[in-house]
Amino acid sequence: MELCSFLTLDSFITDPLTHDFMRKALLMSSLVAAVCGFLSSYLTLKGWALMGDAVSHSVMPGVVVAYALGLPFSLGAFIFGVGSVALIGFIKQKSRVKEDTVIGLVFTGFFALGIVLVSKIKSNIDLHSILFGSPLGISLSDVKQTIFISLLVVILLSIFRKDLMLYCFDPRHAKTVGINVLFLHYLLLTCLSLAAVVGLQSVGIILVVAMLITPGATAYLLTDKFDNMTIISVLSAIISSLIGIYISFWFDLETGGSIVLAQTFIFLFSFLFAPRYGIFKLKKFFAGYK
Amino acid sequence: MEAINYQNFRIDAENICVDYNGKVALYDANLRLKPGQICGLVGMNGAGKTTFFNALTGFVNISKGKIRINGESVRSAQKDQTIAYVPQSDGIDSQFPINVWDVVMMGRYGSMNIFRCPRESDVQAVKDAIERVDLTDHLSTPIGNLSGGQRKRTFLARAIAQRASILLLDEPFSGVDIRTEKLISELFIQFKNEGKTILLSTHDMIHVREFCDLVLLINKTVVAYGETSEVFTPENITTTFGGISPDFLFGPES
Repeated sequence: MELCSFLTLDSFITDPLTHDFMRKALLMSSLVAAVCGFLSSYLTLKGWALMGDAVSHSVMPGVVVAYALGLPFSLGAFIFGVGSVALIGFIKQKSRVKEDTVIGLVFTGFFALGIVLVSKIKSNIDLHSILFGSPLGISLSDVKQTIFISLLVVILLSIFRKDLMLYCFDPRHAKTVGINVLFLHYLLLTCLSLAAVVGLQSVGIILVVAMLITPGATAYLLTDKFDNMTIISVLSAIISSLIGIYISFWFDLETGGSIVLAQTFIFLFSFLFAPRYGIFKLKKFFAGYK
Repeated sequence: MEAINYQNFRIDAENICVDYNGKVALYDANLRLKPGQICGLVGMNGAGKTTFFNALTGFVNISKGKIRINGESVRSAQKDQTIAYVPQSDGIDSQFPINVWDVVMMGRYGSMNIFRCPRESDVQAVKDAIERVDLTDHLSTPIGNLSGGQRKRTFLARAIAQRASILLLDEPFSGVDIRTEKLISELFIQFKNEGKTILLSTHDMIHVREFCDLVLLINKTVVAYGETSEVFTPENITTTFGGISPDFLFGPES
């Protein structure tokens, strides 16, 4: 029965749209993807992939505590996200342990705390949806939160777009000409925490780091201009989300995993065929691309 | 002799100390430079050259001592775009997706509004700066596609576009081609005539003798400071480099 609808591309795309939950999932995931994709350019250029991993895992206990207390889960997640970064900075400064080790031990500690809390606080917390995301079951209050946070991050990144680029490229020059580097550092961290919070609804805590680094890495292979990199990153993130959700709908696959896999395939494609930096350098193929 | 007037000094660093988490990188260092002076900063790797630059730009805080830039604090020097820093070649990510024009425009950021929208005067300043370093043909070239010398000139253009009166250059001659070296030395003479103050670190003895009025030899602290002809002696150099003879370090002078 279902296979029949595969016969036309038209119904492949339109059939899912008849379901309310699918329309909502597609819209929300695209929004989240756009936000994460935007931020992704900065994170990949700054070399903050591990930091993204740390923050996204560290929000776990925050989400659990917020649910238990009946608070917006984004608030709890944000506090623990920023808290983990502060703790990483503190331990790094006060001990001789190397930074990547500190990052690894802090975020796994936070994550473990989250898992223990879930098992202790008997409530209706769905561990599975936290870990793996549930874009198909997103609630109305979650929709409002997601839209609010997404807009906030997009506005902040847009205002400080050029300053953040300079901060990633040459913080010493930024400081020399009187730009507040410390502010930019915490701005980027704040945006990272917020993006992790909205991203985990789509793909879950475990995979949200992919949303924050894969689109940027893909774009980095395709262009030498920062603005283009941001645009490509956002577009590839949105496209991956749409592809992932459709695939998961038709083949009954885990949605978060499908989205991230779609991103990974787009990355692999540019890794192999990017006109300039790909393995096969298909310049002719992309002759019109500039 | 005229009385000491701090306004006369572009850079006045007095007994400055810098430590990173308790590890001393620089102590009791002094430096006074006037407009139009070119000073060479010479020392081993890890002797505190970059730290000295970082202290002057305010990138690291000094734990002791005092720095005055044109008689004022480092903070107000930052606000006034007084100091420009030209990084070492390996001090920046050459694969960053950015072109020559955008890098040079960064020299104007400090004096732009919060959105960093270039005004006509900014565009003109960037154009002029790029012309002075002879990169007009490479306006939209990504920095990853430039040669080492061209990249060095890009960052020099950024300092020019900034219209700073003090230039700090970290190894300006390392890894550059003959053409760039010639262009940089011509620019130094122009800067000097414009009354700019230049502090440059270098490993190359010949460049010190050629360009620098003054030389500052450091090894965690000042080993010797003064007119190049007086201070830049084999004995001082040997002391600076921990007892190794300059011939061994730089090859015999011809």
